[in-house]
Amino acid sequence: MTTGSDDTMMLTTPFHSRIAAACELNSWGDWMGYTTPNAYTDVELEYFAVRNAAGVFDLTPMNKYRITGTDAEAYLNRLVTRDVSKIGIGRVGYTVWCDEAGQVMDDGTIFHLAENDYRICAYARATDWLHWSALGFDVTIEDETAEVAALAVQGPTSCAALTAMGLVGLDQLKPFGLTEFDFEGEPLVVSRTGFTGDLGYELWIAPHKAEALWDRLFESGEPYLIKPFGTHALEMARIEAGFLQAGVDFMPAEEVVRNGRSRSPFELGLGWLVDMDKSVFNGRRALQQELARGSRYRFAILDVDGNKPANHSFILKGNKQVGTVTSAAWCPTAKSNVAFAQIEMPYGAVGEELVAEIYYQRELHWTRVLAPCKVIDAPVFSHPRRRATPPGNF
Amino acid sequence: MTDNYDVALVGAGHNGLVCATYLARAGKKVLVLEANTEPGGCAATREFAPGYSVSACAQWLNQLHPTVARDLALENHGLQWAARELASISLDVDGQHLTQRGDYVEGGNITAADSAAFRKFHAKTTRYAKLLARAFEARAPKLVESNLTDRLTLIKLGLGLKMMGRDDMSDLMRIILINMYDVMEENFDNAQLKGLLSLDSLLGSHMGPRTPSTVFGYLYRRVGEVFGHAGHAQVKGGMGALGQAMAASARAAGVEIRLSSAVASIDVDAGRVTGVTLADGEKISAGIVVSNADPITTFERLVGLRNLETDTARRVSQIRCTGGTAKLHLALNGLPVFTGLQERQLGQRLVIAPDMNYIERAFNAVKYKEYSTAPALDISIPTVHDAGLAPAGAHVLSAIVQFAPYAPQGGWEAHRETFTQLVVECIARYAPGIEQQIVASELLTPADLERDYGMTGGHWHHGELGMDQVLMMRPFPGATQYNAAFDGLYLCGAGAHPGGGVMGLAGRNAAREIIKRGAAA
Repeated sequence: MTTGSDDTMMLTTPFHSRIAAACELNSWGDWMGYTTPNAYTDVELEYFAVRNAAGVFDLTPMNKYRITGTDAEAYLNRLVTRDVSKIGIGRVGYTVWCDEAGQVMDDGTIFHLAENDYRICAYARATDWLHWSALGFDVTIEDETAEVAALAVQGPTSCAALTAMGLVGLDQLKPFGLTEFDFEGEPLVVSRTGFTGDLGYELWIAPHKAEALWDRLFESGEPYLIKPFGTHALEMARIEAGFLQAGVDFMPAEEVVRNGRSRSPFELGLGWLVDMDKSVFNGRRALQQELARGSRYRFAILDVDGNKPANHSFILKGNKQVGTVTSAAWCPTAKSNVAFAQIEMPYGAVGEELVAEIYYQRELHWTRVLAPCKVIDAPVFSHPRRRATPPGNF
Repeated sequence: MTDNYDVALVGAGHNGLVCATYLARAGKKVLVLEANTEPGGCAATREFAPGYSVSACAQWLNQLHPTVARDLALENHGLQWAARELASISLDVDGQHLTQRGDYVEGGNITAADSAAFRKFHAKTTRYAKLLARAFEARAPKLVESNLTDRLTLIKLGLGLKMMGRDDMSDLMRIILINMYDVMEENFDNAQLKGLLSLDSLLGSHMGPRTPSTVFGYLYRRVGEVFGHAGHAQVKGGMGALGQAMAASARAAGVEIRLSSAVASIDVDAGRVTGVTLADGEKISAGIVVSNADPITTFERLVGLRNLETDTARRVSQIRCTGGTAKLHLALNGLPVFTGLQERQLGQRLVIAPDMNYIERAFNAVKYKEYSTAPALDISIPTVHDAGLAPAGAHVLSAIVQFAPYAPQGGWEAHRETFTQLVVECIARYAPGIEQQIVASELLTPADLERDYGMTGGHWHHGELGMDQVLMMRPFPGATQYNAAFDGLYLCGAGAHPGGGVMGLAGRNAAREIIKRGAAA
């Protein structure tokens, strides 16, 4: 791990020297204690690199836990809502996990690296929960957040750029697949995953090879118009692709202090991740009750009229307030004004027409807009290259 | 494949038998599965040497709830009393013994002021015990998301508190969380009296007089007096006879009891219980499984932590359930002679706890997994009232020993002889020459009690009776109304509200809850 000097409490990632050099705006954010670039040069240009070429994002601060041992699969199956036995070796699965009240604690991905060997990537720190959950299981849990450096390479030319770097055969890797290459004598794990909804890969490597990886990637990627992007561009891409962000679109259950502020998977539109056929998993009893009783909220993607992002808006049905917006953005590729909202049941069914009460400010002048909006059934950005194997040589 | 039962009940301890009887009377088809060869659990009589028998765990009956006794018609099913309303005698090396029964205390150089203070203290604590007794007779209310029943219970508790008047109420609130040592110091001068009452507050637990919650422990014990037990009673034939009477009552109600049938697992699927699997592999299906086993045995060993959700597994793993109590049984070729005690007094409850520091020092050892070099003892010589427990002219002595560790350094086999000898010497200081009368002896350590009676940690109460583990916290939050973790799974033993002691209320309350939930159970 590359630690910062004594004059700051913020951590830096193993890519920091390269990121700092590229970060012309010198605009930094805090991601779980790590110094993270909000934007390098221009948010829109970075966003368009992701959609039209290749963007590189440092996701090292993502919490990474290694789960090994003979009970690893059984352990994960009890921990998360989906059936982990269906995630084969060399595959990655997106999932959520709940507390006993059936409330989502976090979402993340499970990497099935080898037999009895998994990595779980999470938004929130989860060491204590993972260890409590190990009672009765023969597993070893290791926090490898600082031991694994990670880069996301996202966008149509990502495959070509990485192949040019020497990852020959990468085009055969299927979505949510996982493979390993040699990088200067170190194993380089590559997964076809990402948070942009585009063709893209994530690279996982030992920290001491991080800078070399960055350098080689940008060297080989130059003809493919590769460009680093920060969290603000990522935010646009993920909203366009319909991805929820923990801490933004839902509060991790363990961080919630007020009653009723957490959400169940069903209330987040993630019911497809819940496998009630599993005999036992955290939250099962409560989720069973919720299925019988009905949910309190519904997650809705809204197509909002106009071009004013509906950030923090109330959602109205007639004069009644029925929901609030958690994420919103003007999505350039889809040319849509998208908002994610949590809508009180029974409102928010697909096709329902609602109103977003938008407030925006221009030169200290506040304006209120009542923008009609409609609940849509799918994210606004979905490109076939995200799923095609081989993805095509862009 | 066995017949389908409505209820499979794990363990024929006294609470299990009480619960089974009530359930059978409510029309349920109940099968009780017991690992041991005799019913009764800790209400057991044990032949520890040829011809010599003794109550193996509990040796006095002083808390059995009268409604339970009446409903089960125990006297019609063979329960006989060898002696009732026995006094407690705190022994003194020089023969200045102190005798206590109810609010009466004499001897031991007690002053008139202390006698009067004790009468006052006894009256006040009786009022407190009455309040507890009412709370024990119903399920503990849930604190969050309480329904009407729970709210009424809370209101009754609150009202009961208020009805006691301002002084009593504030004093109860003040002392309930603190320790016996401080409260004794506030009230009395007599060291023997303070020692005796302190021992009452912590028998069967892993606490010393200065441990918080011991005042609650004392009131817990005093609930027996509210239930009508003036002093200690001795069951004819030993406590096993109580187990037999309860089993007879259960059978008469239609309960089927299978002995020597250890349950290996409680089977669950998709959020509900499906039945149990016996050690020999036989599967018994039942829509309701009631466990008389302690919560750790139930959830960790029978259900399995991996079948529980994390939060429940975590709470189970944090239950404080380390025993500190051993049992010594001596076969004697004659009646022992205690300095300064008349022969007729030998049938009373004899206590060696000369002062509070004596008990506290005894407790110090067990904190470090060592045994007390001068343990506190609660002694019964049951053959004084019940000659049938030993050959003609011979006697047995049974002593509850505070404190002995569950797992001493080097294992119990390295210490068994030494500790036995040490306890005998301790008794011999009060009964010189008793060593020469011993024809056989048996020491049951906490580890032995765990093995023979299925109590995790050898803890008599199936979980410490601390304020963090009683009432709406017993055995742990989320399992406080007998049902826990799975639809159809219930606890009915000492680990559930109200707790340990041969009281029968945990079994009765659990049965009432199951019956109340009806089909929803």
